[in-house]
Amino acid sequence: MRALTWHGKHDVRMDTVPDPEIMNPRDAIIEVTSTAICGSDLHLFDGVIPGMMAGDILGHEFMGRVVDAGPGSTLKKGQRVVVPFVISCGKCFFCERAQFSACDNSNPAEKQDLSEPLYGHAMTGLFGYSHLTGGYPGGQAEYVRVPFSDVGPIVVPDGLDDDQVLFLSDILPTGWMAAKNADIEPGDTVAVWGCGPVGLFAIQSALLQGAGKVIAIDEYPGRLALAKGLGAEIIDFKRTHVREALMEMSGGLGPDAVIDAVGMESHGWAPDAIMDNIKQQVGIGADSAHALRQAIIAVRKGGRVSIPGVYGGYLDKFPLGALMEKGLQIRTGQTHVHKYLGELLHRIGEGEIDTTFLISHRLPLEDAVRGYENFRFNQNEWTKVVLKPGTEVRA
Amino acid sequence: MRQTQGYRDRPDNSKTLLALGLSLGAVAIGYVIVNSMNQNRVASRPIDDAPVRTSKAKPTGNAAMVGRTITINRPRSELFAFWADFSNLPQFMQSLDSLSVDGDTAHWRIAAPMGRFVDMETRMTANVENEVLAWASTENSEMKAKGKVTFRDAPAGRGTELAAELSYVPPLGDVGRLIGKLFQTDPLIQGRRELRRFKMLMETGEIATNKNHKTQE
Repeated sequence: MRALTWHGKHDVRMDTVPDPEIMNPRDAIIEVTSTAICGSDLHLFDGVIPGMMAGDILGHEFMGRVVDAGPGSTLKKGQRVVVPFVISCGKCFFCERAQFSACDNSNPAEKQDLSEPLYGHAMTGLFGYSHLTGGYPGGQAEYVRVPFSDVGPIVVPDGLDDDQVLFLSDILPTGWMAAKNADIEPGDTVAVWGCGPVGLFAIQSALLQGAGKVIAIDEYPGRLALAKGLGAEIIDFKRTHVREALMEMSGGLGPDAVIDAVGMESHGWAPDAIMDNIKQQVGIGADSAHALRQAIIAVRKGGRVSIPGVYGGYLDKFPLGALMEKGLQIRTGQTHVHKYLGELLHRIGEGEIDTTFLISHRLPLEDAVRGYENFRFNQNEWTKVVLKPGTEVRA
Repeated sequence: MRQTQGYRDRPDNSKTLLALGLSLGAVAIGYVIVNSMNQNRVASRPIDDAPVRTSKAKPTGNAAMVGRTITINRPRSELFAFWADFSNLPQFMQSLDSLSVDGDTAHWRIAAPMGRFVDMETRMTANVENEVLAWASTENSEMKAKGKVTFRDAPAGRGTELAAELSYVPPLGDVGRLIGKLFQTDPLIQGRRELRRFKMLMETGEIATNKNHKTQE
């Protein structure tokens, strides 16, 4: 089959690799019909996530048709499914408590040794996201082997097309959980850093969950326009002092909740961001976190900090004093996708949530490399790239 | 008229006082350091509730002991029954090339670095239903080793807490232990992976793999 593979920093290629097979009883094989490039794939593209090996197949947002299912799978050939990017067994302590992204059993035993010394506990298996999370071949390919297929994939009705449901795999539930983690009360003011796909879905989710006002912060006019279209007020951090503006726009109180939808590759020219970036360049495991620092300083006393943005290592100059003295609460984590799928699919079916506004580009899978380069370097126009295996490359 | 001796005319003792102060300080600091070293010496500290294998003290003798506890979301009796039947062990112990059972005696053929094998013969030394299983190598064994698995109910209906302990004298001693670590065949590394595989097999009915097809290495 054809697949998008990783070979190093800013080096991804289309390769021909062996087709996947059923390896375990609960496996299923999916023929991919749509697969997206995620903002977190850009961390892999930029080479800032450890544990990648040349030839790894990327991609963790995908959907398709079931073409094979093991004896322990509940899926039937021909069913159309969206697959969560988190691989969860459904049986362990964590899955029983709906903490699916903490599943104990999906990361292979020998791979768990990579992340256990780093984080104190081994990470859960994810599709196409380094060997720290299992080294599972990802979904930017013609076929994918899906472990524990009786637990993860959700069957979608034929009445909904791919563009409407594809983002159930990651970014829609991630934005939804980001808003849930902000514990929004009716009328709250919520500030969201980053108007990438997760930030935009967090804005949409925060408004659905009762926020009175959502303030979106970014630098790209195209992305800010999308945020405004969803009903947010916008701040361009290249034009405006963010903290001062947030104070003025929230009655001098500060936002009740803040959401960092930027993560470890936060950029800008503040001194802390420059130091972070230098440390990342020399590879000493520091995360860049200008947005998170600003969010913690901006949020009101007793407010909530939600972090859907991805971090991987250590952080300097973390404003722990502000966190303690203002009595803040922080909630974060990889998304418990399975927990939210049913409700979100229902809301899509009812027309309450639209995800199609986000897609800026649809490319054949064969054109994936061009998709990565533009999603990375033309962020204003390329807001979300969906790859379609089996379609022709246009000249 | 004779002036009273002014402050400035007194004999200058300040250097002597400073020297005295410094030496007293040094003695005091030295005392504190020595005292705290004594108090912190592992052997002289009161016993705590942590398992011996987590002690900071250097292990005595030449047998390396490793151990690990894992919570498995299944009933104790089920886990015990599976493990007590040693013929099940190769299902989750990937370092086992083969295992044959003859009553209380088991013959283990364990994969070692560079395509070699170590043959081990063990005899059951404890078998208390739903509580403990233990075995130890016999005279015929190439490797001296002891193993013990204890089962107890986890709190609040979380299943079973399984604690596995292994002590062994590697062939070739410390050199062998180093080789084992380099090739990831060291019992500590193998042991924790095998416990994870046992948990996967018991909880999910299968052992997770990232291999995508059957011919993949």
